[in-house]
Amino acid sequence: MFRSYSPPGQPARRCGYLWNSGIDFSLCLQCRSQTKVYGTRYGIKVVTATHSDALDQRKCGNFMSKNRINLYKYAAPANFYPLAGKLIPLFAVPSAILFILGMYVGFFVAPTDAVQGESYRILFIHVPAAWMGMFLYVLMAIYAGVGWAFNARLASMMATAISPTGAIFTFISLVTGSLWGRPAWGVWWVWDARLTSTLILLFLYIGFISLQSSIDDARRADRAGAVLALVGVINVPIIYFSVQWWNSLHQGATITKNSFKMAPSMAAAMLILLGACWLYSIAVVLVRVRYIIREREQEAPWLAEATA
Amino acid sequence: MFGWLVWRDLILAWRRRADVLATLFFFIIVVSLFPLGIGPERETLRTIAPGVVWVAALLASMLSLGRIFGNDYQDGTLEQLLLTPQPAYLVVLAKVLAHWIVSEIPLVLIAPVLGVQFGLSQNGLAIVVVSLLLGTPVLSVIGSVGAALTLGLRAANVLVALLVLPLYIPVLIFGSGAVQASVTGSSPQAWLLLLGAMLIVSLVFAPWATSAALRISVE
Repeated sequence: MFRSYSPPGQPARRCGYLWNSGIDFSLCLQCRSQTKVYGTRYGIKVVTATHSDALDQRKCGNFMSKNRINLYKYAAPANFYPLAGKLIPLFAVPSAILFILGMYVGFFVAPTDAVQGESYRILFIHVPAAWMGMFLYVLMAIYAGVGWAFNARLASMMATAISPTGAIFTFISLVTGSLWGRPAWGVWWVWDARLTSTLILLFLYIGFISLQSSIDDARRADRAGAVLALVGVINVPIIYFSVQWWNSLHQGATITKNSFKMAPSMAAAMLILLGACWLYSIAVVLVRVRYIIREREQEAPWLAEATA
Repeated sequence: MFGWLVWRDLILAWRRRADVLATLFFFIIVVSLFPLGIGPERETLRTIAPGVVWVAALLASMLSLGRIFGNDYQDGTLEQLLLTPQPAYLVVLAKVLAHWIVSEIPLVLIAPVLGVQFGLSQNGLAIVVVSLLLGTPVLSVIGSVGAALTLGLRAANVLVALLVLPLYIPVLIFGSGAVQASVTGSSPQAWLLLLGAMLIVSLVFAPWATSAALRISVE
């Protein structure tokens, strides 16, 4: 039978796992699955880790109780895992198609640049990669923050899953930028505001990844990473506006809301490749988050069923 | 409580004077390595002096970051401090202040001597001191975030460097920029104002992040 662990006179605190799965603590109690007290904090017993049975809605009859629309259904790893598995091809296949299409347009359709010659074509990958590096950092920080604030495991896992992809895109943007800089500026590297702050962005990614990987306790790793990601997010607007704020060798934005200062086919190649990078990122992050779920939920019965 | 905590940390540091001195000597040695590596040409040394002094200050202050919370974490004092009704923000601020007094003030005091070795003018030396005075508290308070995040981790020292150094870069740019400006004869005021702004912003926000990180690490 079920026992309440909360101190007398106080309502039971929501436990981390059940909160994520959208199950109210009291609702979950009705399914009478076994609950474990994970630890005590300041003398109050707090249920932080519980049975995974209740995570599996198929077993918890009360999960979809009357009059209760469950908005958080896919916040539970048990539900997200199969969904992600189905979504991956939906993103991966269009991404591959767009990559091929974008490369074709970029190499064969787009005209040779009057000033920069053929070397400008590297920007078709450089610009999307640089954008993705920044966007993914913000996205990662948002996920990490949500995971920290609401104790949502899956959001933290998403942040962890995004970090390598973001780091790779940032790295690609630095490498392609320097390959392009050699013919265009005559040097491989300049210590200019945008390049330096992009380099800092790469360092921040590396710091996030290494911090998380050196903490064994997954929940502590999530939260510590969230603090770091949120502190580092200050850097992103600096990168974005650095070209306007400082006199920079790096050129300003060519694409703005109202004007495309380039040939339509060039813009098309860049935007197609940007779409390809987005879809690629989503697909890869989903693959990685599935691995993270499998790693962290080894004990969960639903996983054994899902992978059987 | 705030004053008491600062006083206590100062006494603790006094009883382990060797640690503090080690940081100081590290600073001196790093700075003196550059003339040996680059050569004794006066003009070159004067140009690189701002960067060298600042980079060395960065590294030296990073070395001592582990001491802000490390010992208190190990003997459990930190947990007790966080349990007090005092806001964690103040606890962090007190410990950072003590760390600044113990580890950074000696660097600021010795920096002019090293500046003389690099042939900086009197004006340049003054700017070195002022910029370090404004910049080193920022180093301490930002570093405390990294120190709190890595409490009790393996390879914490290396990790702290990885986490904190990227965040130190703006301080380095503005701090050495100020000295550079005074060396080249222009006004360092803008750089110093930026450093001051960074100090205020980081004093407001960083202790907050540090106390969040402490709660995560102590749990």
